[in-house]
Amino acid sequence: MKQQLFTIESNRKLAPGVFEMRLAGDLSEITAPGQFVNLRLEGRYLRRPISVCDAENGILTLIYKVVGAGTEQMSAMQPGTVLDILTGLGNGYDLTLSGEHPVLLGGGAGVPPMYLLAKKLLAEGKRVTAILGFNTASEIFYEEEFHALGCETIVTTVDGSYGTKGFVTNALPEAYSYFYTCGPEPMLKAVCRFTNTSGQLSFEKRMGCGFGACMGCTCKTLTGNKRICKEGPVMKKEEIVWED
Amino acid sequence: MGRLNVTLCGVGLDNPIIPASGTFGFGYEFAELYDINVLGSLSFKGTTKEPRFGNPGTRIAEAPSGLLNAVGLQNPGVDKVLAEELPKLKACFKKPIMANISGFSVDEYTYVAEKLSADEQIAWFEVNISCPNVHGGGMSFGTDPKAAAEVTRAVKAVTDKPVIMKLSPNVTSIVDIAKACEDAGADGISLINTLLAERIDLKTRRPVIKNVTGGLSGPAVFPLAVRMVSQVAKAVKVPVVGLGGVSSAENVLELMMAGATAVQIGAANLVDPYIARDIIRALPETMDRYNITTLESIIGVAN
Repeated sequence: MKQQLFTIESNRKLAPGVFEMRLAGDLSEITAPGQFVNLRLEGRYLRRPISVCDAENGILTLIYKVVGAGTEQMSAMQPGTVLDILTGLGNGYDLTLSGEHPVLLGGGAGVPPMYLLAKKLLAEGKRVTAILGFNTASEIFYEEEFHALGCETIVTTVDGSYGTKGFVTNALPEAYSYFYTCGPEPMLKAVCRFTNTSGQLSFEKRMGCGFGACMGCTCKTLTGNKRICKEGPVMKKEEIVWED
Repeated sequence: MGRLNVTLCGVGLDNPIIPASGTFGFGYEFAELYDINVLGSLSFKGTTKEPRFGNPGTRIAEAPSGLLNAVGLQNPGVDKVLAEELPKLKACFKKPIMANISGFSVDEYTYVAEKLSADEQIAWFEVNISCPNVHGGGMSFGTDPKAAAEVTRAVKAVTDKPVIMKLSPNVTSIVDIAKACEDAGADGISLINTLLAERIDLKTRRPVIKNVTGGLSGPAVFPLAVRMVSQVAKAVKVPVVGLGGVSSAENVLELMMAGATAVQIGAANLVDPYIARDIIRALPETMDRYNITTLESIIGVAN
């Protein structure tokens, strides 16, 4: 973890309520896809945790959905704005377990961390299938970006207005070596029910500090209590205890 | 003696800054960021007899100038604290340690105090009788002068170390509780713990925190802390440790003028992990600005 100042290079709308912010700064603490950063915003007491979409060549890319006052404030920020950010938080995905053909499943605001993950897995010579799930055609973002990386990219929409109709699980290939996923909890649950393959899931919970000090985001797992922000946000399928 | 030195219950501190329990873990995670030996002391995560997961579901909510938490005393239990957490803390921290303990019965408090008492680096016990987030323990001891006195006497009986009682602001008269603790032999009083609070999510129409209520901390509670520290400092002879929303060197000076001998930093650690170090660095210059030669000289001057 490091506290760093980043300067906004661009901040653009990708889809209704979804924005991409690119920031210039020191990326040295970001060591794995699936990690997150914690942004301090003027006038807000707690920082805002946002997952890393990409971190390369001195540019940090964050994709965020406007869900409250903090992200609303972020969506109006102009290039040149300097932000105080804690970087390199959380464990991130473990790439060593991927096998030769990992499948990446991202749902809505869970799509962004799949981007850097796909990039890293492709760089290791893996065959990567990315399944990006959205509710409807107008919400889709980053399809071309995933294509451009060179991975097999499948888009699903719940209402069938684009791509495969249904959920990300409806587009799972017949054979694959491992899965990585991020998205709303019902989706994560469904993925685990649907597949017999091992995999890793990224979780979200309201956090206090984001670096393990306050115990605000602890969850139970079969391998003991884990802080989502420190021992997570990525957990292995085999250790998860669903809360409800 | 340097300008920042203070003495708390006979134990010398290089400076009065102490990260508050529950906001600093067992220190070693912050030691990755800076040398935590710059701190005066640190109060470690509230320790109970048995391991505790704490409360289920959402435990955190934001507030204007602060946050609510309902962690519920998550900790690995005193045995694991002694076997694993304390050695890790001691590997990176050579200053006197404040041991924060909690319990659900008088026996649990004494059990934990007895076990930790053998450790030489532990300089004080801070006895939490003020946690608002657990049922049947914690705050229920801190809202009744008789119960507060009973816990104080019991812990005093099992340790030779100074015993500081940590009080809840969720009472009609905090002075009555403080006096009861002092009469029962407390060596010091620390205050304030968090204020019972609630937030509701407009979208779900449900409380944000699954426990419904949580404890409010952060700058929002600072003026309240100043008032209560002042009231208690005027009423008791034992030293007072002040806390509640402290976020700057100026805040430290203000709480000390209200009567605090030492000052804890809580919520601010969660948004700025370097804040305790930065406040210590800023103290000399801030003191100059207000013509303060030594911190010892301003304790309680406002009263």
